[in-house]
Amino acid sequence: MDLSAINPILFIAGFFVAATPLIFAAVGELVVEKTGVLNLGVEGMMIIGAICGFATAVETGSPLLGFAAAAVGGAVLSLLFAFLTQVMLANQVASGLALTLFGLGFSALLGQSYVGVKPPRLADVDFGSLAEIPIFGPIILSHDLIVYLGLALVVAVWAVLKYTRIGLVLRAVGENHDAAHALGYKVVRIRTLAIMFGGACAGVGGAYISLIRVPQWTEGMTAGIGWIALALVVFASWKPFRLLLGAYLFGGLVQLQLNLQGAGVAIPVEYLAMSPYVITIVVLVFLSRDKGAAPASLGRIFHASS
Amino acid sequence: MKFTKRQAAKLLASAAFAASFAAPAFAQDDKTKIGFVYVGPVGDGGWTYEHNKGRLAVEEHFGDSVETVFVESVAEGPDSERVMTQMALDGADLIFTTSFGYMDPTINVAAKFPNVKFEHATGYKRADNVSTYSARFYEGRAIQGHIAGKMTKSNTVGYIGSYPIPEVIRGINSAFIHARKSNPDVQFKIVWAYTWFDPAKEADAAKVLIEQGADVILQHTDSTAPQAAAQEAGNVVTFGQASDMSQYAPFPRVSSIIDDWAPYYIARVQAVKDGTWTSTDTWDGIGAGMVGIGEISDAVPAEVKAEALALKASLADGSYHAFTGPLNKQDGSEFLAAGATADDGTLAGMNFYVEGIEGEIPQ
Repeated sequence: MDLSAINPILFIAGFFVAATPLIFAAVGELVVEKTGVLNLGVEGMMIIGAICGFATAVETGSPLLGFAAAAVGGAVLSLLFAFLTQVMLANQVASGLALTLFGLGFSALLGQSYVGVKPPRLADVDFGSLAEIPIFGPIILSHDLIVYLGLALVVAVWAVLKYTRIGLVLRAVGENHDAAHALGYKVVRIRTLAIMFGGACAGVGGAYISLIRVPQWTEGMTAGIGWIALALVVFASWKPFRLLLGAYLFGGLVQLQLNLQGAGVAIPVEYLAMSPYVITIVVLVFLSRDKGAAPASLGRIFHASS
Repeated sequence: MKFTKRQAAKLLASAAFAASFAAPAFAQDDKTKIGFVYVGPVGDGGWTYEHNKGRLAVEEHFGDSVETVFVESVAEGPDSERVMTQMALDGADLIFTTSFGYMDPTINVAAKFPNVKFEHATGYKRADNVSTYSARFYEGRAIQGHIAGKMTKSNTVGYIGSYPIPEVIRGINSAFIHARKSNPDVQFKIVWAYTWFDPAKEADAAKVLIEQGADVILQHTDSTAPQAAAQEAGNVVTFGQASDMSQYAPFPRVSSIIDDWAPYYIARVQAVKDGTWTSTDTWDGIGAGMVGIGEISDAVPAEVKAEALALKASLADGSYHAFTGPLNKQDGSEFLAAGATADDGTLAGMNFYVEGIEGEIPQ
C-alpha cells in the first residue's frame, strides 16, 4: 500500500469532472419531475447530446458551440417524449424507456463517421492570479466553464423553484395538475417546456462526457450515467442541493475507489467497485427520511376533460 | 444493417412467429444462417469491432450462400440466453457467442438445440455442438511488456483490467514477465474496472493511473477511451487492445494486439456447409495469424523495435514460449523450473500472479 501515490489535489479536482455530467442530467430531470412528469429517457437524451455536441464541436472547432448544439439536440429529442406523453397521453414510463432505446440507436447512426476523431479542447477558465492560491486554486479554480455553469445551474434551479412565481407554478402543476388547470395554468405547455429544459440539460451532460471527460465519441458511451442521474433525483428527495451533494459523493467515490486500487490498498476490489452506489444511496436515504417529498402528480397523465 | 438489441429481439421474435407458419418454405432455404452475439456495440473500436469484421469477412467470402445476423450490446448472463434462443428459433445453423460471460448461457441453449452449432469465444466448456475458440493474446502481451519496460521512465506501468478471469490475469503476467526482463525496476499498478465497455470509467481509470505516476498504460477493456486519456496527458504510451486503434498512432499508441477472427470464422462456416463440423477447441496465436501485432510506431527507439520484432518471430515459430521458467508465483513458490514451459491447462485456468506483481487478485 502506498497512499502517498495519490495526489490529493488532482484527486479532489477530479470530483468536479466526474460529477458534472451527473449534475446536469439530474438537475434537468429534477425540474421535469417537479412538474409531475417522469421522463426515463435521460440516458437517451444524454447520448444524443454527446454525439450532437461532439459532431458540432469537431465540425466548427468550437467546443462551446458543441455544448449549445448538445442542448438543442437533447431538447429536440425530448420533444418526442413530450408529444407522446402530453399530446398522445401515452404511458410515461414506456415512452421514457423507448426514448432511451431510440437515443442509443440513433446516436450510433449519427456517430458513424466520428469514431476515433479528436475533439477541440475547451480551455479552462482563466482566473489569473487567483488560481495560484495554494490548494484552493488548483482544486476549485482549475476547471472549464461548464463545471461552473453546472454549479450555477443548481443554484439557479433552487432559487427559481423556491422564490419565484415561475417556481410556484411549476410546483403547482406537479402537485395537482387539475387544480393548476382550474386556476388557468396551461398544464401541457408548462410540462412541455420543463421536458425541453430537462432534455437540454441532459444533452449538455452527455456532451461533457464526449467532449471533456473522455474525450472521444464511442457508441453507447454514456454507459448508464443517465440511470444514475434518475436515481439521484429520487434519493435527493427532489432537492437541488442534496442532488449536488449526491453527485459529488458519487463522482468522488468513483475516483476514490480507482485511486485506492491504484495505490494497492488491501480492501477487496469488489467492495471498492460497488462503494459509490451503496454509499451514495445510504447517505441520501438517511437524508431523505422526511417522506412525501415526491410531487403528488408524478407520472400521472393529465387531460383537461377529466 | 444495424439493430439495437430491442429491435433485433422484436425482429427475431416476429421471424420465429412467421417461421412457425411457413415452416416448409423455411426448411427448403439452403442458405447457411449464422448468428453473432456481441458484448459491446460494433463501433467500440476494439473487441466487438474485430468480431464484426470477422462477420463481414464471412459475408464477403460466401456471398449469397450465407446470411448473418448479429445482436450487439448483449449483457452477459440470462439476457444473452434469450438472444441465443431467439437466434436458434429463427433457424440459425451456427451461432458465435463472443464473450467469456456467455459461457454457461451458451451451454444451456446448446442443450436445447442439438442441431444448432455453437462457438463460444474464450471459454472452456464444450459439448457435442459447442466448440470453443480463443487467441493467445498473451503472446502479444509479451511483446507489449517488453516495449513497456523499455519505454517507461517512471518505472511505473498502469494496467486497466476488466474482470479478474484467467484470460486477463494471463495477459498481466505475460506483460509483467517481459517488462521485468527488459527493465528490472519496473512496477505494475493494476486497476480493475469491472466492465468490458464503459468509456467514462475506462478514461477515469487511465487518468488515475497517470496521476499516480504511470507513463505507460496497458488496457484489457474494449473501448479507445484510455487512448484518448493518454493523448490528453501528452507523455504517456499506450497499446491498442483487440483492434489496431491506429487512429491514436504514432503516439500515444505505439503498437497493438489485433485479433483476427476472419480466417477462423470462414473455416468454421465452411465446415458447417460441408457437414464436417465437430466440437473442437482452438487456441491460436501469432504463428497461426489469429493474433496480429500492429505496426510498432517510430515513437519506439529502433533497437527496441528490433528486439520486439525478434521476440515476435520467436513466439510465432514456436522457438520461445511466453511462459518459460524459471518463474515463481507471487507467494514465492515455484511455478516453472528453468527451461520448462507452461502447459495449456495451466494457462487456461491461471488464477495467480507471478512473483514481483504487487496486490491481490480479487476473488
